[in-house]
Amino acid sequence: MLSPAILIPAILNGLMTGAVYALVALGLTLIYGVLHIINFAHGALLTAAMFAAFFANRWLGLDPYVAAVFITPLFFALGYALQRFVIGPAAHGEDRNILLVTLGLAVVIENALLYCFRADTRTIDVPYGFDTVQVGPAFLAVPRVVAFVAVIAVTVVLWLIMRLSDTGKAIRAVAKEKLGAELAGIDVAHVYAVTFGLGTACLAVAACLLIPSYYVNPTAGNAFVLIAFTVVVLGGMGSVAGALIGGLFVGVVESLSGLWLGESLGQIGIFVMFILVLLLRPSGLFGERA
Amino acid sequence: MTAQTKSLLPILVAVALLAAVPLVTASNVVLNFLVVALLIALVGQGWNLLGGYGGQYSFGHAAFFGTGAYVVAILQVRYGLNAWPAFALGILAGAAVGGVIGALAFRSGLRGSYFALVTLAFAEVLRIVASVAPVTGAGVGTLIKLDLRWQALQFQSRVPFYYVILVLVALSLVLIHVVERSRFGAWLVAVRENEDAAAALGVDATLVKIGAMTLSAAITAAGGCFYAQYYLFIDAGIAYGPWISIEALLAPIVGGVGTVLGPLLGALVVKSLGEATKLVAGDAPGLDLVIYGSVLVLVVAFAPRGIAGLLTDLLRLRRRTRRAEAPAEAGRA
Repeated sequence: MLSPAILIPAILNGLMTGAVYALVALGLTLIYGVLHIINFAHGALLTAAMFAAFFANRWLGLDPYVAAVFITPLFFALGYALQRFVIGPAAHGEDRNILLVTLGLAVVIENALLYCFRADTRTIDVPYGFDTVQVGPAFLAVPRVVAFVAVIAVTVVLWLIMRLSDTGKAIRAVAKEKLGAELAGIDVAHVYAVTFGLGTACLAVAACLLIPSYYVNPTAGNAFVLIAFTVVVLGGMGSVAGALIGGLFVGVVESLSGLWLGESLGQIGIFVMFILVLLLRPSGLFGERA
Repeated sequence: MTAQTKSLLPILVAVALLAAVPLVTASNVVLNFLVVALLIALVGQGWNLLGGYGGQYSFGHAAFFGTGAYVVAILQVRYGLNAWPAFALGILAGAAVGGVIGALAFRSGLRGSYFALVTLAFAEVLRIVASVAPVTGAGVGTLIKLDLRWQALQFQSRVPFYYVILVLVALSLVLIHVVERSRFGAWLVAVRENEDAAAALGVDATLVKIGAMTLSAAITAAGGCFYAQYYLFIDAGIAYGPWISIEALLAPIVGGVGTVLGPLLGALVVKSLGEATKLVAGDAPGLDLVIYGSVLVLVVAFAPRGIAGLLTDLLRLRRRTRRAEAPAEAGRA
């Protein structure tokens, strides 16, 4: 048996990793909850945000946490524009078309990055990259602790926006009853775009939190998004709390299975879990319009 | 001429035109281009059956392509089987994988986005397994031994290869044509248009979808088998990589989903675009896929029924103008 001295750090580290999964999943679930589509471009957009954070550091010398202040609004605008001017008009209101359009966008973004920056894997150096803090028996890397705290903060802010602001109320109204909201004078196309923008902004924050302790290449985002899919299906599509708890849970599971099974099988474990969740727990999966 | 043969006419014309190409040119560049385009047409035809006629959009047809390719390669390299039976077994194996994934997904009631997701995940699982399992040659890949005899399904020149893939494409066209006019095809289209209504009328929607996925996987697996024989090398990234899943859906969507000739038309157009890009911008990694992705978005946005849809619109327009002229003439007489 493993002693608590190994187990507790593994669980804590899992929670730290899981927080970032939760943030990526949060963007996905937000978009799903309102637009009722799975955004297949999510991974490519995360990669794009990671490249943005990387070059903000390389060219402008910005610390990723500072860069987040600029990159997040930028990606909000990008997400807004994508939904308003590309996905929305191109889909003609058909779910099947939305699938194809977001897939097409994913292919374009990922390969444009590949074309511009080649397949090289890049990392940045930050002075605090290898600092640790002690929590009980565990030593945790500073960037991961920052990420954990930041994710909790973002979730709270997002929750407050959804609860208190007029925009948040409009988003919830559209999510519940699109036609009714439209009749009440809500600009649905605008709300859709704002939601997509918020989801994309989540990715920008996640990218800035990841980059100090992770690497970036043109496919870096995909691993996170597959996990995010798992998290979102696990936590219930469209549920913010589900995304947060699901993300933390998957982080811990991954950390513990890495401890017992080794790293190479960890990746496959997530896929298998994902397929099992999809196949065995289809309850709550039928909320979507077929 | 009966209605049956008349509707077969476009297929016959297309195949006859393609069959005449080697008589006109012996250029390896042209033949190689056409072999690749026909390969994509075949793979896309598989996707078209499930996605175009059945309305189930798979994002993971690589699972079937890769299974066909690996079975052909592994049976020959590791078990010394002759290429011809290996080819047939590859198609069967692909169909089996399609049947299993279809049964799992459709019996769980997965539709729309969820179906796309789960197919994508299965293809990725197979890719990871193939990149570590010893039987597939893991990261190194599998090389089929060079043996340029027809008995080994290998040829010195590209012309025989060209006819092999053309025959496969022709068979797939006839198969889809038959399915389109069969009861099974009608059930499939009914499920696409309104699954609940189809079920209410007594169509076993789940069974129809599983059947379509099995047949679809078999067609796409044939493409994988051919790929392995043509290039004599595969690895996990080629066999199960996302590129083939994307090309499989791109060809029918560009050409026209749910039409017999759509995938062939789409594959020729998409591959021509790819070659044109290479001519203009050189062979840079990623650029062709940027073009493909943009084409996908543009086609969905501006021509949701693809090139075939545009053509029928044109024909209808012409017929309508003709009909508008006809009564005027009748009135004069």
